[in-house]
Amino acid sequence: MSASETPASSWTGRVREAAVEALPPEKLLPDKQPTYVASWIYVFGVASIASLVVIIASGCILALKGPAWWHYTGVGHFFNSIHLWGVELFFFVMVVHLWGKYWMAAWRGGRTRVWITGAIIFLVAVPTALTGYVSQQNFDAQWISTQAKDGLNSVGVGAFFNVTNFGQMYSYHVLLLPAAVVALVVAHVLLVRRHGVVPPFELKDHEASQTSTIAGSDTPISAVQGSGPGSDGAAS
Amino acid sequence: MNPASVMGAIFNLNHPAHVVEWHFIQLSVANIVAIGLMILVFVLAIVLPFPGAARRRSGTSS
Repeated sequence: MSASETPASSWTGRVREAAVEALPPEKLLPDKQPTYVASWIYVFGVASIASLVVIIASGCILALKGPAWWHYTGVGHFFNSIHLWGVELFFFVMVVHLWGKYWMAAWRGGRTRVWITGAIIFLVAVPTALTGYVSQQNFDAQWISTQAKDGLNSVGVGAFFNVTNFGQMYSYHVLLLPAAVVALVVAHVLLVRRHGVVPPFELKDHEASQTSTIAGSDTPISAVQGSGPGSDGAAS
Repeated sequence: MNPASVMGAIFNLNHPAHVVEWHFIQLSVANIVAIGLMILVFVLAIVLPFPGAARRRSGTSS
């Protein structure tokens, strides 16, 4: 709402007011994070984004220069390898990010859409990588595409997603799927900004859930809690 | 011997992938190594202290 509390008359004004209400500047670009974010397990989300930036930058260079360059020149091999290993790193850190968020139940506190957008990013990233493997313009791509077509035909998608059609696969790989991944990542990050980074489980909740499990045991509850992802020691 | 030849001798890829099979599960050794590394990094991320974390908890940071 504007300072005068008068609703905007134009659609642009209404969009602006809704955007500012959902994501005020101090939420959109915070300069402080909660104490519990000071943990290595919280760095894998931004590591995924950093990998994605490297992938897109190296992919742009590969697209500018073309297959003959990336197959037959030293610099082309270098950027081809940067692109490949960027993808390997992207999936590596994204899986660790996924595990971390799963074990801290990151959908808590109204963060369902954060979790769902993250899951969809993972699902969209897989065909983005696949279309890259079949777009290499070499025997490796030919082998992968001829193997993949049987699997895709068996589930009935071969008619409109033909992995042996280089033009179609290249379009998917350099435009459609990366655009989807980037759009989803933007939505994911904005949702994280809106709802905040998910906190670890409260110790008292953890204690209550463990009471029945360790009843009769000599193991102190505090000793059990000290090693969990929701404990203060582990998450900070 | 140049460095590329040394690396080639260590990581000889000129053969079919080594595969571990267990019932219907079939995993290449390369994938098993990658999964093992991810588990290792996950555990280290939980166990290792983050720089400045103790100072933040004690509230002495700005």
